[in-house]
Amino acid sequence: MNFDLSEEQQILVDSVAKYVKNDSPVERFRKQRDSERGYELEAWSRMGEMGWLGVAFPEEHGGFGGSFADLALILEQLGRGLVPEPMIASVVLAGGLLSRLGSADQRKAFLDPMIEGRTTLAFAYGERQGRYHLHECATRAERRAAGFAISGEKVWVLNGHAADHIVVVARTSGAQSDAAGLSLFVVDANAQGLTRTRVPTMDGQRCGLLRFENVTVGADRLLGAEGSALAHIEWAIDRGAAAACAEGQGAVQELFERTVAYLKERKQFEVPIGSFQALQHRAADMYAETELCRSSMILAAIEADDDDEEMRKREISTAKLQLGRGGWYVMENAIQLFGGIGVTDEQDEGLFFKRLRVLQALFGDADWHADRFQRLPHFATQD
Amino acid sequence: MDLSYTPEQIAFRSEVRAWIEAAMPLHLKRKAEGPGHYEQAEVMEWHKILYAKGWIAPHWPQDVGGTGWNIAQRHIFGEELVRANAPQLSPFGLGMVGPLLIQYGNDAQKKRFLPKILSGEEVWCQGYSEPNAGSDLASLQLHADKDGDDYILNGQKTWTTNAQYAHWIFVLARTNAGGKKQEGITFILADVRNTPGITVKPFLTTGGTDAFSETWFQNARVPQSNRVGPENGGWTMAKALLGHERTLIGGIAESRRWLRLCKRIAAATAVGSSSLLEDVEFRRRIARLEMRLRSLEMVQLRTLAAAQLGRAPGPESSILKLVGTDVEQEITELCMDGMGHDALGWLDSPPEALPEVERGVASLFNYLRAASIYGGSNEIQRNIIAKQILRLPTA
Ligand SMILES: Cc1cc2nc3c(=O)[nH]c(=O)nc-3n(C[C@H](O)[C@H](O)[C@H](O)COP(=O)(O)OP(=O)(O)OC[C@H]3O[C@@H](n4cnc5c(N)ncnc54)[C@H](O)[C@@H]3O)c2cc1C
Repeated sequence: MNFDLSEEQQILVDSVAKYVKNDSPVERFRKQRDSERGYELEAWSRMGEMGWLGVAFPEEHGGFGGSFADLALILEQLGRGLVPEPMIASVVLAGGLLSRLGSADQRKAFLDPMIEGRTTLAFAYGERQGRYHLHECATRAERRAAGFAISGEKVWVLNGHAADHIVVVARTSGAQSDAAGLSLFVVDANAQGLTRTRVPTMDGQRCGLLRFENVTVGADRLLGAEGSALAHIEWAIDRGAAAACAEGQGAVQELFERTVAYLKERKQFEVPIGSFQALQHRAADMYAETELCRSSMILAAIEADDDDEEMRKREISTAKLQLGRGGWYVMENAIQLFGGIGVTDEQDEGLFFKRLRVLQALFGDADWHADRFQRLPHFATQD
Repeated sequence: MDLSYTPEQIAFRSEVRAWIEAAMPLHLKRKAEGPGHYEQAEVMEWHKILYAKGWIAPHWPQDVGGTGWNIAQRHIFGEELVRANAPQLSPFGLGMVGPLLIQYGNDAQKKRFLPKILSGEEVWCQGYSEPNAGSDLASLQLHADKDGDDYILNGQKTWTTNAQYAHWIFVLARTNAGGKKQEGITFILADVRNTPGITVKPFLTTGGTDAFSETWFQNARVPQSNRVGPENGGWTMAKALLGHERTLIGGIAESRRWLRLCKRIAAATAVGSSSLLEDVEFRRRIARLEMRLRSLEMVQLRTLAAAQLGRAPGPESSILKLVGTDVEQEITELCMDGMGHDALGWLDSPPEALPEVERGVASLFNYLRAASIYGGSNEIQRNIIAKQILRLPTA
């Protein structure tokens, strides 16, 4: 067993860290909070040029044949700078599904330009009544002569406000809560009948509220087999969860380090506040939680590529729960130990806090993952 | 020991409830449906309605404007305000400087300030903290130097809640630089709006609202007649006031509000064809918090009952602050968990994306991180409990 990074991985991490430090410090994100899109296309195409968007795709799909763990290492570094470009939505979710299920033509039309940084993608799956249950889907795709007509509504679609192409979940058969009958389609952003509302979010980013009213697509826009998409959706959302853990790890680590630095610097009662034993214990616990986050995140990133579905679910749920609980411990105490300035918008810590809270709410929260974990067959076997 | 209500008290509750129902304007009632985030103007509107009824300061002695109610009536009144989710009044005048003036102010000061605190004509803010004097409040640097009949104030206060709306500020100022730092502090009242040299710069909080400000004093001239109590005698009063503040800012009444909000959110959150309020696991999470809150309410009642027997709030008020803010934060966290993906929403998310009952919840959740920081952080409360109640030895 070896937890060390390979030489290539170390080079990758260093180059992303350098980018964040020099070109994308938190300041850049702050400016983007006031922009329409919430991020910069220029930055996106640079990420394409640097090869980050294609790291985890097979070479025959225009990628570099790396692993999900490589992508997680990138996301972790981006998390330290609150980099707002839509890596998770575009690369992990929609990109992942296109690579897994797409025909050669579909990959050429939708995946290649994204990997090159020329377009961005979104994955529209969540519905109002769905909470975290992926089979919940009232959006329907009816068969038409030339293909399908899609009608329904998708909420909190990451990058849904800005993506060029959207992978959407729609029901081709069955009732709203059925596991069977789900299909995936690729829809253009400018398709007739598609209304997109830009929705600013707590973390200063944006997402989309998408309404489909008889949006017609050709049969060539069906992604994968008709009616059996649920397992693939679960796969994609699990990788989304693993990605959230990776990005979240960067934010947790950053908050933790900033807090320790502040404990050494801030003085009250004529001494650094870090000399108070109560705060030393707090910092020690934050350290422990940060390391638990990092360890479970690594395992989740490795398991994201596992064909064994139960193993994948187990480890990714474990990491997501740790981000929700242990990550929460770090973030609430970071704000607490900064005192009054911790709750000002001027200070960056609050921005990390908000981003982390959003990542905790995405792809299943801690409760949902604990519940899923105890439903897995392995849980009941006593070994 | 008897904790049951008498028939008179039950009748009193109905009277209060009926009055609030009739007196609360429709636009406020509409806001009461959600987290109850009221603008300053709305808070003052409600303040004036209570004032006109004579119910603005139930905790003040009757001869200076109180209602003459006993502790049970006051408690019932408080519960009914929470039930209606009525605007929360600003504590700085009614809850802090008012009682302080009643106890330590001279007649001229009482006559000058108390009536306008009651009527809401004058809004107050609290100038204690400074950039380098937070937990270590006694190290404050803003200084007041005598000049004829005046003090000249120089320095900076920070995190001054509501300073941007305030007419008056009560300030802790250094009047003696030598000796023990607690012994050189004086309690001074300053007119924020009409004193040249006082400037207020609001901060944006992580809640997205500008709840507090930096307050600067540059050669600000204030008459010495605005000093409360003796010169260099401010620390005792400041501490008395903080003890008082801690009985108020545990957020116990607010927690009741957020708890009801949490249930409303859960009821409105669909999960398939059911609702989150039907989810046993989530119901248990709410139940645990509600039960903890119930215990805390009893601690508060005991403190209030002791106060009615003339005992000043002692260090045990730290418990109310410590546990109260913890519960308050946990309930808003639970609201956020209940919202699921809607927890992504923010104040500027469009209404079609974020239901009205959930608007402002994320802002509240972020802002309330401050509850364990303000009014003496929860670490400081634990220090007080360890030292003053438990008398544990120091290292
Ligand atoms: C929203 C908000 C509103 C406020 N409103 C007002 C107001 O109206 N008027 C006013 O005067 N002030 C106000 N304050 C200021 C508040 O009282 C201070 O923020 C608080 O006293 C903490 O001081 P600080 O921010 O300087 O933190 P610091 O004192 O620097 O504390 C930083 C951290 O160190 C911890 N710490 C400090 N000393 C010790 C110790 N001895 N042992 C263990 N831990 C310790 C603290 O608990 C905290 O976690 C407000 C603050 C906030 C956040």
